[in-house]
Amino acid sequence: MRITQGTFSYLPDFTDEQIQAQIQYCLNNNWPIAIEYTDDPHPRNVYWDMYGLPMFDIKDAVAIMQTLAECKATFPDQYIRISGYDRSLGRATTALQFIVQRPADEPGFYLDRQEVSDRQVRYTIRSHSVTRPRG
Amino acid sequence: MTDIPATQGEQIDLDQVWQSSDIQALLDKLNEELIGLVPVKTRIREIAAMLLVARLREQHQMSTDRPTLHMSFTGRPGTGKTTVAMRMAKILHSLGYVRKGHLVVASRDDLVGQYVGHTAPKTKEILKKAIGGVLFIDEAYYLYRPENERDYGQEAIEMLLTAMENQRDDFVVILAGYKERMDTFFQSNPGFHSRIAHHVHFPDYSLDELVQIAELMVRQQMYSFDDESRAAFRDYLEMRVQQPHFANARSVRNALDRIKLRQANRLIRAGGSIVTSDLARIDVEDVRASRVFRGGTAAEPSA
Repeated sequence: MRITQGTFSYLPDFTDEQIQAQIQYCLNNNWPIAIEYTDDPHPRNVYWDMYGLPMFDIKDAVAIMQTLAECKATFPDQYIRISGYDRSLGRATTALQFIVQRPADEPGFYLDRQEVSDRQVRYTIRSHSVTRPRG
Repeated sequence: MTDIPATQGEQIDLDQVWQSSDIQALLDKLNEELIGLVPVKTRIREIAAMLLVARLREQHQMSTDRPTLHMSFTGRPGTGKTTVAMRMAKILHSLGYVRKGHLVVASRDDLVGQYVGHTAPKTKEILKKAIGGVLFIDEAYYLYRPENERDYGQEAIEMLLTAMENQRDDFVVILAGYKERMDTFFQSNPGFHSRIAHHVHFPDYSLDELVQIAELMVRQQMYSFDDESRAAFRDYLEMRVQQPHFANARSVRNALDRIKLRQANRLIRAGGSIVTSDLARIDVEDVRASRVFRGGTAAEPSA
C-alpha cells in the first residue's frame, strides 16, 4: 500500500531534481532542513528519527542532497522525509514536509475493530511493519 | 582535437559579453573600495578574463576542463585578503562557477577537533556549509602542526584535499595567511600546492596608500580631517608603521576609532554650543594625543 503524507501527498514521487528544487525553495526562504527516517509510517507517529542534526546555515541544496544520499544508503528500506522548518515569529512550525524515499515493499496497516457498548465499533490502525518487523 | 566545432566562424562580441557579465561592475567596485593593491587587482582581472573565456569556449562547444579555481592569498594582516575573497566569491558566482557565491570563513578551530573522531564531522560540517560558495581558510598553516604528530590537523587537511579534488564543481577554497608561513606550509603539504592554481600576494600598503585609505574611511564614516589634522595623521602613520604589530588597513581603522573617541571627549569636555560641522571635524589635537607620538604602542598589543 503506497503511503502518502505531507505536503505533496497527492503527487507521484519526486525525482531527484524535483527534490532538490523543493529543498532549494526551503533554503531560499531560510527554512533549515532536517532529514528524518522511520520504519513506522503510522499517520499518528510524529516521532521519526532525525538523520544527524537539522542543517542550519546551508545555502546550496546540493549539500543536503549529499546528506540525503548518505541517509538513503544507510536506510535503504525505510521511509525518509525532508522537512523545512520556518522559525519566524508567529509561524514557528514545519513549513513543508514530504516523503523522499519509501521501502520497495510497503506492508501497510492492519485495521483493528473493537466492539464496545451499544454495538459501537472503535477502529485502530496498526503498522504491519511494526507488528511484523522484517527479519 | 578531433572534432572542430561547427560554429567556428561565428562572431563573438567580447566587449558586449564582458559588459553583460557584470564582472566589470564588480571589478570597478573592487577598484573603488580598495586603495592600491595593483598586483592583486591585475591578477583578479586576469583570472576573471580567463574564466570568462573558458565560459565562452564551453558555450561554443570547445572542450574545456573546468579550470582549477582554488587560490591562496598571502600577505600581512590588514592587506584586504578577506575583502578580496568576498569579491572573488561574487565574481565566481556571476560567471557561474559557484552556484550561490557566499563566503564561509573558517579557521583551525572550525575545522580541527579536540579529540579522536571529532575532526571529521567538524570539517564535514564546514564543507557542507561552503557548498555552492567559497571556503576561506584564514591562517591555513595552523592546520598543520609538525611538532605534534598526533595533531588532528592532518586529518582535516586530508579531508580538505579530497574535497578540493572531488567536489571541484561544488566549491572553491581560498587559503590565506602570511607569505613565509604559507610557503613552509605548502612545502610540507605538496598536495595543497599542486591543487592551487592561483597564488596571489598582497603587498603592504605604502604610506600614501595608507593615507588614502584613512581618507576613504573618514569620508565613509562622515567625518573629515582639516589640513592640520591630515598632516598630523600622516605623521602618525609614518611613526606607526615603524612600530610592532602594524596591521595595515586594520591599524588605520583602529587608529581612527581611537581618534573618534578622543574627538567626542574633547567636544563634551569643552561643552558650550558648537556648529554641526564640529561633529564631523577631526582636530589636530585628537590625532596628536595618540600614544604613538609619545614613544610607542608597546603597551597596546591589539593595535
